[in-house]
Amino acid sequence: MSKISIIIQREYLTRVKKKSFIIMTLLAPLFMAAMFIVPVWIMTRDDAEEKVIAVVEDETNLFKDVIPNSKYLKFEYLVDVTLDDLKTNFSDKGYYAVLHISPKVAYIPNAVQLISHKQPPLDLTIHIANALEKEIEQKKLEAYDIKDLDKILKAVSTNINVQTIKISDDGIEKETSTGLAMGIAYIGGLLIYILTFIFGAQVMRGVIEEKTSRVVEVIISSVRPFQLMMGKILGIGLVGLTQFVLWIIITAIIITAAQSFLLPDDIGQTTQAITENIMSSTPVEQTQVPIQTQEFNEIQQVFNSLHSINWGLILSSFLFYFLGGYFLYASLFAAVGSAVDNETDTQQFMMPITIPLILGLFVAMGTFQNPESSVAFWFSFIPLTSPIVMMARLPFGVPYWELILSMIILILTFLGTTWLAAKIYRTGILMYGKKTTYKELWKWLRYKN
Amino acid sequence: MKLLEARDIVKQFSNHLALNKVSLAVNEGSIYGLLGPNGAGKTTLIRIINQITAPDNGEIFFNNHKLEANDVFEIGYLPEERGLYRKMKVGEQAIYLAQLKGLSRSDAISRLKNWFEKFEIQAWWDKKVEELSKGMQQKIQFITTVIHEPKLLIFDEPFSGFDPINANIIKQEILELKKKGATIIFSTHNMESVEELCTHITLINESVSLLEGPMDTIRRNYSLDEYEIGFRGDINLLKATLTTQYKIIENKQKNGDNFVRVRLLNDISTNNLLNAMLSSGNIISFNEIIPSMNDVFIKVVEDASKKNK
Repeated sequence: MSKISIIIQREYLTRVKKKSFIIMTLLAPLFMAAMFIVPVWIMTRDDAEEKVIAVVEDETNLFKDVIPNSKYLKFEYLVDVTLDDLKTNFSDKGYYAVLHISPKVAYIPNAVQLISHKQPPLDLTIHIANALEKEIEQKKLEAYDIKDLDKILKAVSTNINVQTIKISDDGIEKETSTGLAMGIAYIGGLLIYILTFIFGAQVMRGVIEEKTSRVVEVIISSVRPFQLMMGKILGIGLVGLTQFVLWIIITAIIITAAQSFLLPDDIGQTTQAITENIMSSTPVEQTQVPIQTQEFNEIQQVFNSLHSINWGLILSSFLFYFLGGYFLYASLFAAVGSAVDNETDTQQFMMPITIPLILGLFVAMGTFQNPESSVAFWFSFIPLTSPIVMMARLPFGVPYWELILSMIILILTFLGTTWLAAKIYRTGILMYGKKTTYKELWKWLRYKN
Repeated sequence: MKLLEARDIVKQFSNHLALNKVSLAVNEGSIYGLLGPNGAGKTTLIRIINQITAPDNGEIFFNNHKLEANDVFEIGYLPEERGLYRKMKVGEQAIYLAQLKGLSRSDAISRLKNWFEKFEIQAWWDKKVEELSKGMQQKIQFITTVIHEPKLLIFDEPFSGFDPINANIIKQEILELKKKGATIIFSTHNMESVEELCTHITLINESVSLLEGPMDTIRRNYSLDEYEIGFRGDINLLKATLTTQYKIIENKQKNGDNFVRVRLLNDISTNNLLNAMLSSGNIISFNEIIPSMNDVFIKVVEDASKKNK
């Protein structure tokens, strides 16, 4: 077995066996899955409790039984009861709230009051408002006394949905969803940023650990410093990859398991299709689903957009940019680790590393507003920011030549930085005591082997 | 036969010259002392031999060829500032270091088991290094240094951190390794252990090699032509006899006998001294005073610094 693979093995196994790795690997998907599941769960479960609402008027009886009951909302219209009778004791009588409608409601929007002990949910007030608006509009229209008004209204009623379709240069049409693209861009960019930071910092800490424990001198009497550095970078990179793949698998399992007994069937199938689609990671052929304006189905639209995303391209680009960005930054982190005696001294050298990373994230966030902006364009080529920015641009569609050029620049740059970092590393790991300056680093760069 | 030869090694760091044309030759099977004050350049030379750094100039020959990358498998190095991965288990770590020295995993395990039995430390195998005391860690480190049975062993202050009992165990192991044919370079400030173990030495001071050769020869070369004579008789009579060509450095009385330390001046021989003394009493002992390595070290380094001023 070659030395570098022995080193990779150690770096990988010691980290993967750690409790913190196992905990993070299991917990993160739980959070991710919770992000998908909890909102849906809340939507379906929140109003499980039946609420009875007393409706009172000031002796006009204009709105008797106007407000329809829903699954969890019951409206009880009380005749000959005034608000004052109920105001203090409505909860004793089993009412969740009292709705008071004043006759002035046709002219004064504020003339409707809902009195309750707790803050009523938004959908309750919307439900009431909608019903009353409809009734009052109806009444007002009747006052005009137009024949066949209902038919006319039905005939003029229109519903518009803007369907966004992108045509590529070769004329293939794709239905797109800006919202979905944004979501993927956001997750992709942010994940690269976070992973680069987490695992880059691990490389740095590993180098500092070897240096402060003085084990480094023993090891580089057996292997070349470059082998030690690369072994560490590759080993930790594999840890990152392992964790990422496990995250995806575990998240998918949790979501699939959760949806089977949490969600109604139609949504369930959609999410399942989404997960399957992501997991198989092959671009799904665009199936032209006819969209009827009358029965517009939002979920259907999301489903179509999901098909329009080239998952194979996104996932393989993600892997590439994760590894490329990681290698680039990890070698810099390794150089910083070698130049200091302990972690607190790293700050002065961390600045030039963290600034491009954070800048990349900012540009990526701007990309969501305008994916075609020239800032996003240029920053997706600059290798220090390209992994984040290009991942943010990708879901909106990027010409292949741009993608390939950006990748080539990234590869060339990380080869260059690794070479430079190795020079600093080789000298730095044997330097103790003296506080390193930038001038010193420059000198180390110019040392002969 | 020479196992290791360094020829005119020069190493320049940005602000100082660490080694200035240092040469040494280490015979196979010998224990070679690498001596010198702190900051003289010993560690730099050791690192060059270990290919941790490269010399600016000069060449190293190992086993009759120019030192090359694969030679690290034939060298074991115990640095002065030693350390192990603190969070790693002892056994796992020892296997790792042995693998880096070219042993297969199964080989490493069986050899390590032997050493752990020998030192009676099998119970440490699954402990983390940070749970061990410093002396225990040193033992592990010693084992990992010699585990691949290299031709050349380099020990930098091997006894520091050991109590006298364990230091003695390590010393016996070093002698055992020598008996098995290993060549040892031994760097220390402890001159007693140098006298005890080394056959050859090099003394480096301020980047320059000041002395190189067999230790006995060097010590003899620094002998001041002094002798200690024990005799029974009148000390004043002796003093009157040993005048112009002799110098009495000191005299002591022990159990009624006189012990005189005499330096010979003007290339006079020991027989002349004995002749001159015969009349003053009965001679009971006659010993040449060979300077200790400690004395040689101090004299050489002080002379050098005087010259530099």
